[in-house]
Amino acid sequence: MTYQEKKSIVSLISAILIFVSYCLYMYPQYPEGGLESIETFRYWGSFVLILTVVSIVAHIIISIIFNIVFRITTSEKEPRFADELDKLIELKAFRNSFFVFILGFLIAMGSLIIYQPLQAMFIILIISGFISDVTGSITKFYHYRRGV
Amino acid sequence: MGKTLVGNHIRKLRFNHDEMTQQQLADKVGVTRQTIVALEKGNYSPSLELAFRIAHAFNLPLEEVFFYGDNTEFKK
Repeated sequence: MTYQEKKSIVSLISAILIFVSYCLYMYPQYPEGGLESIETFRYWGSFVLILTVVSIVAHIIISIIFNIVFRITTSEKEPRFADELDKLIELKAFRNSFFVFILGFLIAMGSLIIYQPLQAMFIILIISGFISDVTGSITKFYHYRRGV
Repeated sequence: MGKTLVGNHIRKLRFNHDEMTQQQLADKVGVTRQTIVALEKGNYSPSLELAFRIAHAFNLPLEEVFFYGDNTEFKK
């Protein structure tokens, strides 16, 4: 398996682990009281913002650890630049990822039209963000494995 | 995705050029080794620019490195 394939798998696993562990950490902190109180909005706002920051930092740390482990185990250096194949795959991954997120965004807006609670919209938005991240990693893995 | 219609003789040419490694060719044409692997497997059609760079690396014209379809000669 090549560096890029391994990196896609690591990225996929880390995205799942980060999201699941963060949700398990945040779930008990859901504010009691009214469903649409100020505290609830504050909770969802901080949920998204902290998740974004935590996700970026964790991905950077995991990427550094992965590169170190890759060098030690294979005694091979990771590619120092992205060439045309990498850029093409990156574009395809971004396209699929973006499509999934937009779909989730539309479903989230649709949930408001059919009088679903606001928390349903936030949950759909957050889950679509997670699924779009996973889709990006799977797309990269698929194209590195099967070609473009 | 699967195989592309653009084939190539890169593996054979590398062998004929002092058994050049994939990494050496990759360094020569400015791509990663993964891209050379994908090209040899027929999983990727290179850009025209990269195709020319690879042909130049072997000092050969483009059509002696790359071909379209199953055969080495393009049939009308």
